[in-house]
Amino acid sequence: MINYTEKIPNNVDLGRDRVLQRALEHWQPAYMSWWYDMGPNESHNYDVYLRTAVSVEPDGWAQFDYVKMPEYRWGIFLQPRDEKRQVNFGIHKGQPAWQEVPGEYRSILRRIIVTQGDTEPASVEQQKMLGMSCPSLYDLRNIFQVNVEEGRHLWAMVYLLHRYFGRDGREEAEALLARRSGDTDNPRILGAFNEPTPDWLAFYMFTFFTDRDGKFQLCALAESGFDPLSRTCRFMLTEEAHHMFVGETGVSRIIQRTCEVMKENNVEDPSDVRALGVIDLQTIQRYLSFHYSVTLDLYGSDVSSNAANYFTSGLKGRFRETKLDDDHVLSEAEYPVSEVTGDKIVTKKVPALTALNERLRDDYIDEIADGVGRWQRIIDNVGISFRLTLPHKGFHREIGNFTGHFISPEGEVLTEEAWRKHEFQWLPSAKDYAYVQSLMSGRVTEPGKFANWIAPPVRGINNQPLDFEYVRFN
Amino acid sequence: MDVVATQEPQAKMEAVNFQTDPAHYKHWRLSFDGPVAMLTMDVAEDGGIRPRYKLKLNSYDLGVDIELHDALQRIRFEHPEVRSVIITSAKNRIFCSGANIYMLGLSSHAWKVNFCKFTNETRNGIEDSSAHSGLKFLAACNGTTAGGGYELALACDELILVDDRSSAVSLPELPLLGVLPGTGGLTRVTDKRGVRRDHADMFCTNPDGVRGQRAKEWRLVDDVVKPQQFAERVKQRALTLAAQSDRPAGGKGVNLAPLKRTVDEAGLHYRHVDVEWNRETRTATITVRAPESAVEDTLEKVLAAGADWWPLEMARELDDAILTLRTNELDLGLWILKTSGNPEAVLALDDFIFNHHDNWFVRETLGMIRRTFARIDVTSRSIYAIVEPGSCFAGTLLELALAADRIYMRDTREGESIASVMLSKMNFGPLPMVNHLSRLATRFYGDAAQIEDLHSLIGAKLSAREALDAGLVTAAPDDLDWEDEIRQAIESRAAQSPDALTGLEANLRFGRTETLETRIFGRLSAWQNWIFVRPNAVGASGALKVYGTGAPVKFNWERV
Repeated sequence: MINYTEKIPNNVDLGRDRVLQRALEHWQPAYMSWWYDMGPNESHNYDVYLRTAVSVEPDGWAQFDYVKMPEYRWGIFLQPRDEKRQVNFGIHKGQPAWQEVPGEYRSILRRIIVTQGDTEPASVEQQKMLGMSCPSLYDLRNIFQVNVEEGRHLWAMVYLLHRYFGRDGREEAEALLARRSGDTDNPRILGAFNEPTPDWLAFYMFTFFTDRDGKFQLCALAESGFDPLSRTCRFMLTEEAHHMFVGETGVSRIIQRTCEVMKENNVEDPSDVRALGVIDLQTIQRYLSFHYSVTLDLYGSDVSSNAANYFTSGLKGRFRETKLDDDHVLSEAEYPVSEVTGDKIVTKKVPALTALNERLRDDYIDEIADGVGRWQRIIDNVGISFRLTLPHKGFHREIGNFTGHFISPEGEVLTEEAWRKHEFQWLPSAKDYAYVQSLMSGRVTEPGKFANWIAPPVRGINNQPLDFEYVRFN
Repeated sequence: MDVVATQEPQAKMEAVNFQTDPAHYKHWRLSFDGPVAMLTMDVAEDGGIRPRYKLKLNSYDLGVDIELHDALQRIRFEHPEVRSVIITSAKNRIFCSGANIYMLGLSSHAWKVNFCKFTNETRNGIEDSSAHSGLKFLAACNGTTAGGGYELALACDELILVDDRSSAVSLPELPLLGVLPGTGGLTRVTDKRGVRRDHADMFCTNPDGVRGQRAKEWRLVDDVVKPQQFAERVKQRALTLAAQSDRPAGGKGVNLAPLKRTVDEAGLHYRHVDVEWNRETRTATITVRAPESAVEDTLEKVLAAGADWWPLEMARELDDAILTLRTNELDLGLWILKTSGNPEAVLALDDFIFNHHDNWFVRETLGMIRRTFARIDVTSRSIYAIVEPGSCFAGTLLELALAADRIYMRDTREGESIASVMLSKMNFGPLPMVNHLSRLATRFYGDAAQIEDLHSLIGAKLSAREALDAGLVTAAPDDLDWEDEIRQAIESRAAQSPDALTGLEANLRFGRTETLETRIFGRLSAWQNWIFVRPNAVGASGALKVYGTGAPVKFNWERV
């Protein structure tokens, strides 16, 4: 029997909610078993300097202390309820927000929540081995923080399944622990979450690009007319920001270090750069292009009747829906979508309702471009003439209108043959991966030390010094 | 003639009342002569149940058929001495010309479909009484017998046509109106009468029909008789049919007193049946209350109780509730079936009925329950049964649950009062569906081993777990899940397309076995209802639309 309020910090009155208690009695042990099995390798006895959310108050969402990860207090938090909140878009616009699942939308909502929930444990699985090659205790602690919070996000989605979807919900919650990233017979739902995260550059790219898809999906779900989903997602977004910080600063520090070494040694050729034990900017660009294009696929088809239904039903809004200045019904509006006609990429207008995936993808691209711009400034500040670029939206896509076409990063429509000729100029090759991994053959465990291929961060965690012992191995 | 015309919306009209009695008949006369009853159709032209049409030439509308339904009930229950029934006409040279076309032309699609369903059920009821109750029917077609008139005659055991060189039997729906003979005519011509398919093809495409000797040769009628001999032959045949019957010559009838019913904002209220409607969620909750004990435990007491005997009164009330909801409450798309009372009392009554089914009254009561429950099976509403603590889904009442599209049973914790269901012999044959199979046999596709296993559970109180394991219920949410699960199940059902749900349910309810009745409710009605919405019938120049106006019919020649 679990002492719920002690063990599971929450603001959902778990101590008195028998529906939830009963569900968690079965699920919590299964979750622990999953964590022992698929959580960070060899980490279970480490003391890790982690942030734990114990309430939604300003002083409660970030409490720092040493924790053994299996004893992490995964909690259930929803942003406090706004009694006046309404459904803000679609055909139910203006009605009070739903506090219970409308039976009509039960299966759609369940699918949305399961799809979101499935990504959370998937990324933990993808990152399982990275602790063995960490560049510092600071970075090791950060990946563990990301991992436990992905775990908490799984709890958040499971809370919704348990609380609102009865037996079906409990079965789906079990299935979230049963699927495995990359397992051919039992894969995670979305393609990008079955790709390996083989090294730390890939990890930072993943947290920058792919976790940001998570942010945009959560933002769209935070607009949901189903209030518990909205409130859950709004709280998750506070944590998601940290993951993207880890990604953005991780890549920044690698670029920083590479540029410093290039400048100090006055080298530019990638092979010379590699000889100095850092990651050449060309390889960084190829990783960027890979993670960006794979993540664009996560938004789904450019034209989607599902997306239209989700919106019209009031279940999933647009990014910052309530800040947008239109009718929030979109029955007449149009939106431009690209497609390949012959050897040209053309843009045509389609009903905006059907193009909501594309719109969310475009909002995402805007934000990504800002982040890449900040990376570029590091290079520019050092005085190196190299441009990091986002490839064309149609480059290396497997979902949507560009599927089956061979688009160069510049947006030219190529033949397959022509495209394949350049493939590994644009995307990481096995050799690139092998090189990056060769830099990460062991882990750096001395407090304050950093691997040669990455610069130290500007400051430590929770105002602790850089040589703080963020992880104790015991 | 049987059918339709336009798509005019149904004006807000007075609710239809299915209760009547012979003193209030406008269209039928019921007379008795020893073992023979005579049902004489004499439709009052100005007596339509709705305004704006005249019921000429012994044509009928829903009001005429409600009287027919009532008359059959009177014969069954109030006149046990009756062994055969003659159906004939008081009009000169016309037996019956079928459903009134102008009435149909003014009706909405829903009204037409519902009207056809009720008239089909009444004709099936005639055959049901012939098969189970020893009541034989003779159609004395003393004049033109067209469309629905011939369909009514087809429901009888024997069909005698007057041979006056002009009276014919006909199914002119297709050539005259561009629709089908949809009250079972097309099906009975083949399945029941055994008319060869090419003869049936000729017959159903010829507006004049067939008369005289050829009608007999083609098996459309059993006999053709000259006007001079007609009355005598009819009487003789009626007596011959009566001789086959085992109905009691000296039996004392049971008076069918009017049902005690009140209608208010909340719903319909009877002694044993309650209907509560919820217009917001578009549902109707039908609760059937079982008695606390089976008071009448001897035939004498049962006969003394008469129409107050619970099985009969419950069935009559439920029948009235079903017909009222179907006709007057089209928007209540989901019926939620509940029961309350003492399951042991129901099982005791089931035993009693089972052990005394050779008594005419017990047999008629069983027939009433059978026909009433069979209405549920062909009702175009989604149906959920809800089994909770205090429910009484036992034996006969368990059939209500088995008639439902889904059965939700609350899995209560041990120690508290728990929900249970119980099987009785009634679940294994005496209450067949229109496919002539029990609901259990239908549910399990005739799997003998599974049905044998269930047979061994007769009389046991089955908990939710046991009922789920036995396949008797759809889902058994526990206390914690129950309310939300039921609410969402109701809301999600109520949100789906009513047309598609009707089609889905009609496909799933009857399993694999076809009978004359399933072919009528499935094949014939489904095609008819398709034709009813096609432009060739109801478009501006459709055959039904222009009938009687003199305007030419224009078909779209594309075969679909």
